[in-house]
Amino acid sequence: MDWQAIWLSLRLSVSTTAILLAVGTPLAAWLAFSRRRWKFLVEAVVALPLVLPPTVLGFYILLAIGPRSPLGALYGKLTGGMLPFSFQGLLLASCLYSLPFTVQPVAASFAAVDRGLVETSWCLGVSRFATFRRVVAPLSLRGIATGAILSFAHTMGEFGVVLMVGGNIAGVTRTVSISIYDQVQALDYAAATETSLFLLALSFTVLALTYGFQRRAWSVWPLS
Amino acid sequence: MAAELSCVCRTRLTSGFELDASLVLPLDGAPITVLFGPSGAGKTTLLRMLAGLDRPTEGAIAFRGDPWFDAARGICLRPQQRRAGFVAQDYALFPHLTVAANIAYAARPGRGREFLEAFGLSALAARHPRAISSGQRQRVALARALAAEPALLLLDEPLSALDAAARIRTREQLRQLLLSSGVPSIIVTHDRMEAVALGDWIAVMADGRIRQCGPVEDVFQRPADAQVAESVGVENVLPAHIVDRSAGLLTLATGGAHLQSVDSGETGPVVACIRAEDVALTRELSPASSIRNRLAGRVRSLTFEGPLARVALDCGFPLMAVITAQSAREMDLQPDDHVCAIVKTTAVHVAARPEGRK
Repeated sequence: MDWQAIWLSLRLSVSTTAILLAVGTPLAAWLAFSRRRWKFLVEAVVALPLVLPPTVLGFYILLAIGPRSPLGALYGKLTGGMLPFSFQGLLLASCLYSLPFTVQPVAASFAAVDRGLVETSWCLGVSRFATFRRVVAPLSLRGIATGAILSFAHTMGEFGVVLMVGGNIAGVTRTVSISIYDQVQALDYAAATETSLFLLALSFTVLALTYGFQRRAWSVWPLS
Repeated sequence: MAAELSCVCRTRLTSGFELDASLVLPLDGAPITVLFGPSGAGKTTLLRMLAGLDRPTEGAIAFRGDPWFDAARGICLRPQQRRAGFVAQDYALFPHLTVAANIAYAARPGRGREFLEAFGLSALAARHPRAISSGQRQRVALARALAAEPALLLLDEPLSALDAAARIRTREQLRQLLLSSGVPSIIVTHDRMEAVALGDWIAVMADGRIRQCGPVEDVFQRPADAQVAESVGVENVLPAHIVDRSAGLLTLATGGAHLQSVDSGETGPVVACIRAEDVALTRELSPASSIRNRLAGRVRSLTFEGPLARVALDCGFPLMAVITAQSAREMDLQPDDHVCAIVKTTAVHVAARPEGRK
């Protein structure tokens, strides 16, 4: 089994999930509570990776982070490195690719929190931010957990975007799914079977744990 | 600064409902004001505007002289700045927090515990809101609002989530708790009995407007117009016009009969308001009596309600009388009987009749 690729995929998925929680939660809050008319445009942009072929998304990301693009040039100036075909580039692409998987469940759970609770908190003199932290976020833990797990699982299995942006460099950008592809191309079916089975087992375990966990821990809400 | 809450607000909801409410309420002595009116009158909308949860289109709200809202000056204080505790109809307790944590939510350190004890909720401190009764939830919501030391307390139908028996029991408790808190409060209700039991002041609302505002007894005894009279439960609201005015008395014509009342200075089309319990019945016209209003009528129906009997009469116009069941039996009242209804002059209250109504 290609332990190097598995380790890389795990690192990529954990980092992507962490970044998406940090960036996606405020974005989800904005989408859930903003009354701007053009909000739907942002929603559409966030949801794009759901319908866009990964190759198209990967192609645009590749153009956007290339050394001749403003972003790529800035990165080059700051770090002396290049984003395409690097772990950092792959991380950026993964974040964009999995954004809807974090934002949508989190925004849905924020929006599902009874507005009466939020207003009551405001009338008790508690600021908007503190109300979010003390009422909205705790009541949305399920949605936040779901978003995190979906992003993690989605990143573990991504293929097209990785191939476009990261290429196939062992230890740097060769993720599990690329590794399986390589093994099949090399007619090494035994290795491909092993790695695939590992990925299947991992995905199932993560999802099973999630669903089991949701049943137990927060069964008080929203059906009480 | 004036110790009062003044509110002149106009707003139009997307449903097309228009609210145009002007109101001045005293705050000295922390009185309880009941915002009273039928469903759909705009009571909750007004309460939300006072709390700062909805923004009126036009107008101004001032609390003890401080502007809370002023459309002309572009002032609109956030709910947090107004500190008007809002107790929602469903109490809106935080489901993820215990009773103790709910009460301590916005309280200064230590105050939460004080209120927990003062409201007799110590035994429930560790429970979650879903594990206590509606009555207990109401107390928790009230304790939580008061523990935050509000300047004003707004309660939206605070008793509607309770069953009938608990409602009556809780009513008096609620009034005592509010009075002892020293915080002026406004309670929304559509229940007449609740309004009487809870309020010092009453503001009667209908169709998005405040029809009358004053001490509860005043409004119930002297409703300003026909609509207020009906909504505060005056059984007989009779359209009438003034035919004579002399020696401080008015003579009113209504449905072919004449009624006498004390002159309150009303002019134009009026209504004569008579509470059913102020109508007495006799078998024959007794001429030697101090009572001026004697009306011949026919019994249309008779309904016994425990110790009382409700008698619907036809005196050329419908008139409702409430007498004791005992008298009704002694008089042997039957439908179609001819009787005489007598009403003291002072029991006839004259109120304005808005244009366009019968």
